[in-house]
Amino acid sequence: MRMRMTRRRALLGAAMSITLLAAGCGSSDDSTDEAPAATTVSDADVEAALQAGGNLTVWAWEPTLTKVVAQFQTKYPKVKVNLVNAGSGNDQYTALQNAVKAGTGVPDLAQIEYFALPQFSLSKAVTDLSAYGAKALDGTFSPGPWTSVHSGEKIYGLPMDSGPMALFYNKEVFDKYKIAVPTTWEEYATAAEKLHTANPKSYITSDSGDAGFTTSMIWQAGGRPYKVEGTDVTVNFDDEGTKKWTGLWQGLVDKKLLAPTPGWSDAWYKGLGDGTIASLVIGAWMPPNLESGVKAASGKWRVAPMPQWAAGEKVTAENGGSSLAVTEASQAKTLAYGFLKYATVGDGAQIRTDEGAFPATTAQLTADAFKNKEFPYLGGQKANEVLSEAATQVATGWSYLPFQVYANSVFNDSVGKAYTGGSTLQDGLKAWQEASTKYGQEQGFTIK
Amino acid sequence: MTRRTWIGWQFVAPFLAVFALVFLAPIVYSVYLSLYRTRLIGGTSFVGAENYTKALHDPQFWSAVGRVSLFMVVQVPIMLLLALLIALAIDSGRLYGAAFFRISIFLPYAVPAVVATLMWGFIYGDRFGLVGNINDYFGVHLPDPLAPDLVLASIGNIVTWEFVGYNMLILYSALRVVDTSLYEAAAIDGAGQWRIIRAIKLPALRGPLLITTMFSIIGSFQMFTEPVVLKTIAPNAILTYFAPNYYAWQLSFGGQQYNYSATVAVVMGLITMLVAYLVQARAVRKAG
Amino acid sequence: MVAAPTIRPAARRQPLPKKRRQAQPRNKTLTVVTALMVAYTLLPLAWLLISATKTQEGLLDSFGLWFADDFALFDNIGRVFTYQDGIYPRWLLNTVFYVVAGAGGATLLSTLAGYGLSKFAFRGRRAVFAVILGAVAVPPTALAVPTFLLFAKMGITDSPWAVIIPTLMAPFSLYLMWTFSNEAVPNEILESARVDGAGEFRIFFKLALPLLAPGTVTALLFNVVMTWNNLFLPLIMLKDRHLYPITLGIYTWNQQSQTVGGDVVFNLVITGSLLAVIPLIAAFLLLQRYWQSGLAAGSVKQ
Repeated sequence: MRMRMTRRRALLGAAMSITLLAAGCGSSDDSTDEAPAATTVSDADVEAALQAGGNLTVWAWEPTLTKVVAQFQTKYPKVKVNLVNAGSGNDQYTALQNAVKAGTGVPDLAQIEYFALPQFSLSKAVTDLSAYGAKALDGTFSPGPWTSVHSGEKIYGLPMDSGPMALFYNKEVFDKYKIAVPTTWEEYATAAEKLHTANPKSYITSDSGDAGFTTSMIWQAGGRPYKVEGTDVTVNFDDEGTKKWTGLWQGLVDKKLLAPTPGWSDAWYKGLGDGTIASLVIGAWMPPNLESGVKAASGKWRVAPMPQWAAGEKVTAENGGSSLAVTEASQAKTLAYGFLKYATVGDGAQIRTDEGAFPATTAQLTADAFKNKEFPYLGGQKANEVLSEAATQVATGWSYLPFQVYANSVFNDSVGKAYTGGSTLQDGLKAWQEASTKYGQEQGFTIK
Repeated sequence: MTRRTWIGWQFVAPFLAVFALVFLAPIVYSVYLSLYRTRLIGGTSFVGAENYTKALHDPQFWSAVGRVSLFMVVQVPIMLLLALLIALAIDSGRLYGAAFFRISIFLPYAVPAVVATLMWGFIYGDRFGLVGNINDYFGVHLPDPLAPDLVLASIGNIVTWEFVGYNMLILYSALRVVDTSLYEAAAIDGAGQWRIIRAIKLPALRGPLLITTMFSIIGSFQMFTEPVVLKTIAPNAILTYFAPNYYAWQLSFGGQQYNYSATVAVVMGLITMLVAYLVQARAVRKAG
Repeated sequence: MVAAPTIRPAARRQPLPKKRRQAQPRNKTLTVVTALMVAYTLLPLAWLLISATKTQEGLLDSFGLWFADDFALFDNIGRVFTYQDGIYPRWLLNTVFYVVAGAGGATLLSTLAGYGLSKFAFRGRRAVFAVILGAVAVPPTALAVPTFLLFAKMGITDSPWAVIIPTLMAPFSLYLMWTFSNEAVPNEILESARVDGAGEFRIFFKLALPLLAPGTVTALLFNVVMTWNNLFLPLIMLKDRHLYPITLGIYTWNQQSQTVGGDVVFNLVITGSLLAVIPLIAAFLLLQRYWQSGLAAGSVKQ
């Protein structure tokens, strides 16, 4: 009945006047079991909400959550969790923005990658969790992801997984051409040249311009191009760290030592399988993707620490990784927080780790069972020893723009030219900076 | 209102109701949106024609318009010429297995644009795709079809592949209804095949050609699926302002610039209508 | 915008096309040249067919236009139908439902409207046509957000309605049915029926509709293709994957290759695409007789 009323009203609205739409008379279909909490919610309140039960809708594309939801519902039989895959990454952000704008159909929780979280927190699409006791979780997560969910004193999500970077390499190819595993970027550049000279079809890695990869590399090199304080934003790719990276990478691009294969395409998977793309500097979440997408190279790949800018250093950066956040529109925030905690620090953290996700929680990262796990795909290597150490070495002080989703979407418009021969990385980054700045100004930020 | 008028409207009303809901309401809403500006900081405010001024001075928008205009001027004539030649060839009755040709050339139309673009995207791969295979086998070095300066032509090929058969069928069907006694009369007068084509067949195709041209022009201006799908394998060749429609989509989805996106859509609709009208007017004047 | 078209009477179509065609000598050169065109159109389809016989590994390792060592077509088909708890058949059924409701509805609406525009010289008729053609020029993908917001207000996003209602709109069908009505339904028949006292809708369903059949089938087929291939509107409107049409389902499988922890299933994407194309091709082949005469009649002269 209610449905029909809504439809009739809107049909009328469509036919008669469009002002109804403009007025934004939102109606929510969610069951309302509580008022939005403004005051502090205690752990006991959260537990009570879990016991009382209710319905939750979760938007996430992370495959291991399926099992978490099943176990959660066994533990809390009165809570019904509707797990929806609303698309991966940008597709889901689009859907979320549309739902928020429409004021209806917003889920209670949503998976949001770290780089995108500031955009959603700024637009108040997701809620501050400090009122629910999230501050008490300090020390539970590894520092990289924990910083990423913060905006000042506020906490806008809990880390689900993390992506400290490491060097994944095809040992068979490296051995064949007698290339030592590079520990510094200088060695890496030498290895790139040696490999490509030995076999012109092989490349040390592929890159055709990827915003996430580029920012992570600059992060490791010490560049801090983004400074954000509230609505004051600085974008500056002219710093030392950025130049360190562009200096190295421009050399590789100029000598055509990078396969021009876009990441995640069929050609990319093929290259990873047949040895023509011999290594990847990428987040620690990579092993399941290799296992699933590059079956042909099973047993050939290994993991090593990320190459360093100076011999003996131990600095990494985060690449990818997602948080889970409670939406502002949720009518069951306390309950949602209960699920969030279960999924990220409670039993869910272990379930997801067992399913192959790379955890963000210190407990899981430092557990012996985790570190000693042998990866048959990686030739029996105890890869987590390398990866969990990388998680402790993430450089601090990085922040993303509060409109990074947009900035990343136009990355290839400017920096892409450096890969097709029309520009240089440094000039491309400068153009990207201008595009980001212009957008920021249009959106009302103060650009310094 | 006469009774006839009233009954006529009854037949048309259901269509118009859906039309109002699916086309008119969103268009009106777009026009409304285009008069406002919503910012991440500072909320929504009425800005009048400011978005339109911005669009008129937006180099990215005009670069997109230029690209699809180039596409329209080159791809549409090629595709329609091919369609016309095939239709004439099949209609000539001089082909072995004409029915097989007719249906085979039409088949790509049944392939979803997404699937078609994925398939061609694979074929275009200069390292692992067919282009790469050819390079390897013959030791040649074909240019990369997905390079920035060639990608528009490559999209032209995909679109031609998808729609040449569809257009061919429309033209062929029109040829089928030409009164055959005209051919006999022409043959008795000693006219050759080319003469028959020029004097009888082409004039009979004027209407269908106009219709196919109009739909092709509108299709060019609305180019969307191909750049979206190719973006993942040619990120540096497909810019976010590759085609106006794609640009509008990027603005609203990537950048949350709903208002400006609506403006671009409205301006583009006006441009499309104008071009379609000019083409049609020209065709009618020629015919007249 | 387009002047009201006039159609050559159907009656003149009959004389002896067969005989004329047989009288023509076959031409090898012309056949070979046209065959090149067929090679061009069939090559990618051959790629699709051949690729569907390959495993995920074979797909990445072997030459695109020839078979890999292991023939996995039936394996792939089996997996397509069972993957993710057998959601593919569900998508297939959804698509059939959307096609029946959407394309069927669109055909009905445009047949009614086309007939109405053709047979009732009512006031505002030209305005209707101009507005519709004008609206067609506005890119629908650019209207995606307004449409979404509109549907959200109506509370029908993430429901079958969100997919069906937009597909009810088929301007080309309207155009086709208008011109077809002009030709296929002689006004004299209608007049005599009216003299006999039959109501207008009775006349339409009993008398006109059978005459309109070839045109209706043609319009239906084109609407089916449109609905079957619909992707971006469902992508925006639907969240529940149990409501997905097949194109959107395949798209999400393809997206898995770009997802952390996602299962890479290019082989299922390709086999799934092939299976999705086959029903359409079959429909076109089976109904060839109808739509060819429908298209022929729909062709216009200035």
